[in-house]
Amino acid sequence: MLHKSPHPDLHEPPLVQIRGLAAGYHGNRVIENVSLNIMRNDFAALLGPSGSGKTTVLRAIVGAADVYAGDVLFRGEPVRKSRPRIGYVPQLEAIDWNFPVTVEQVVLMGATRNAPLFPWFQRKDRLRAGQVLERLGLERLANRQIRELSGGQQQRVFLGRALVSEPEILLLDEPTAGVDIKTRDDVLHLLDELNHQGIAILMSTHEINAVAAHLPRVICMNGRILADGTPRDVLTPDVLKATYGAEMPVTEYRGMTLVAETPHRFGAAAPNGGSSDNGHLHGDNGHVHEEVVADD
Amino acid sequence: MTEPFEFEFFVRGFIAATMVGGLAGMMGVYIVLRRMSYIGHGLSHAIFGGAVVSFIMSINFYVGASIWGFLSAVLIQWTSRRRSISSDAAIGIITTASFALGIALISRTQTFTRSFEAALFGNILGVTGADLVAIALVTGAVLIAVIVGYKYLLFATFDTEVAASYWVPVRWVDTAFALVLAGTVVVSMQVLGVTMIAAALVVPPIVARQFTGSFTKMMIFSPLIGASAGAIGIYVSWFIDVSSGASVVLVASAFFVISIVYASARDRLLAARGRAGSG
Repeated sequence: MLHKSPHPDLHEPPLVQIRGLAAGYHGNRVIENVSLNIMRNDFAALLGPSGSGKTTVLRAIVGAADVYAGDVLFRGEPVRKSRPRIGYVPQLEAIDWNFPVTVEQVVLMGATRNAPLFPWFQRKDRLRAGQVLERLGLERLANRQIRELSGGQQQRVFLGRALVSEPEILLLDEPTAGVDIKTRDDVLHLLDELNHQGIAILMSTHEINAVAAHLPRVICMNGRILADGTPRDVLTPDVLKATYGAEMPVTEYRGMTLVAETPHRFGAAAPNGGSSDNGHLHGDNGHVHEEVVADD
Repeated sequence: MTEPFEFEFFVRGFIAATMVGGLAGMMGVYIVLRRMSYIGHGLSHAIFGGAVVSFIMSINFYVGASIWGFLSAVLIQWTSRRRSISSDAAIGIITTASFALGIALISRTQTFTRSFEAALFGNILGVTGADLVAIALVTGAVLIAVIVGYKYLLFATFDTEVAASYWVPVRWVDTAFALVLAGTVVVSMQVLGVTMIAAALVVPPIVARQFTGSFTKMMIFSPLIGASAGAIGIYVSWFIDVSSGASVVLVASAFFVISIVYASARDRLLAARGRAGSG
C-alpha cells in the first residue's frame, strides 16, 4: 500500500468545485446533478461502469464537455474564464500513433501555454521537458517516434506532457488501462509521488482493487455520484451494486479492501448472490475466502 | 534543354508551378495529418463555383473565390462538428453543391467556357504577372502562419480535443487554417486546375512521410518535393504537350511510386536484419 495521501486542509477552499453539474455531448446528458470538491492534496479515483460519466466529469473540468446545468469552479472562478493549470491525460486509445512526432515533441506540447505569445518552444521549455523526461525515465527515448514505445512508456509520455505544463491538478482518463500489473503499479506509485509534491490527482479507472489498495479516496458514480470517501467506506456491496448493477462481494486482506470482480460467477456459485453476511466475505489476516481469489 | 526558358510566359509558369508545388506541399502536411485528404479535392470544386459567381458578378477572381472558399471551409468545419455528419460527408455535400452551382451557371452562359476549362485542368499559358504576385503573397502568408503558429498548429493537429485544455485556441487555429487553405487552392487553380489540386496537396507529404518519422522534417521535405514536382512537371509538359496540372501530378505520382518502393525495400531489409539478429 502507498503512503497515505497528504491530508487535505479542509479549511482551505477546494481547488475544483463542481456544483449541481449536468453535462454531456450534443444535447445528450451523460451526468446529472454531480457535486464534487477536489482539494489541493487530493488523490482520488472515479469508479463506475463504461458510460457512467467518469470521462465526462474529467472533460467538464477542462471545459471539453457541454455543460447544461450547474458549474465547475477552479479556485472559485469558472473554469472557462480562469484558465486553470490543469494537466489532462486522455485515454491512449484516442491517440493517432502514426503521427510523426517524437517523445520530446509530445512532452513539449505541454509547454504551449507557458509562453502563449511566443511561436516556438523556448530554451527553458526544453530544459523543463528534459527534466521531466529524466524523471519519468524516458530521456533515452526522447527522439523516438511515439509508436515505437511500449504501453507503459506511452502512458508516461502523456503524463510527461501534463507535467511540463506545471499543473496544480492532474486529470487522468484510465491511466492504467491496457498495461501490465507491474506498469500499473509503477504508474500509481509515480502519481502518489506527484501527489506528495502538492499536485492534486483525479483519475478515472476500472481497476477497483488497484484503487482500493493505492488510493485514499474513491468516488463511485453512474450518471451521478453514488458514494465518495475512503475505499473502506465506499467499496461496500451496496454501493458496488448501485454502481455496477451486480452483486460484488467485498472482503479484507491484510488491511486492504478486496472486491470480487466476477460477480456472476459468485451469483452462480452460491445462493444469496454468492455472498454471506450481506455481501461481505470474510478474510481474516492472511486468509481470503477461496472463492474470492479463485478466478482471474 | 533551355529552350522553353526563352519564353517569358514559360518562365512565369515555371515560377508559378514551383511556388504552388511548394505551397501545396507545405499545407498538405497538415491536411494529411488531420486526415482531411479529401478537403483539397472538395474545396477546389467549391471554389470553382465561387470563381464562376465572381465572374458573373464582375468581382475580382482572387477576392471572390477566396471569400467563397473560406466560407466553404468554415462551413465544412461547422457542419462536421455535428456528430451525425462526418467530415468527409460534410465536404462532399457542401463542395459538390458549390461545384454544381458553378456548372449550372456556366451552362446558362456559354460565353466563358474556355477560361473555365483552364481552371478545371490548369494552363500555364494563362499565368500573368498578377497571378505570380498573388501566389507569392499567399505563399508568404502561409509561411508566416506556419512559423508563427508552429506549436499551436502542431498541438491542434495532433490532439485537437486536448489542445484546447492547454489553452490552444483551437477554433481560431481551425479558422485561420481554413483561410490559408482557401488561399492556397485559389492561387493553385490557374496552374494545377481544380481537378489536380487534391493530388498536389496530398502526394508530397505522403512521399515525405515514407522517408521520415519527424514532423519537422516532413515540414521541410514535403514543400521541397512539391516544388520539385511543380518545376519538373511544367518543364516536362513543354516537351510532351500535356496540360500543366496533369504533368505536375504525374511527376508527383512518380515520386510517390519511388518512395513506396524505397519504403518497402527498407522495411524488408529491417525485417531481415531483425530475423538475423534473433536467429
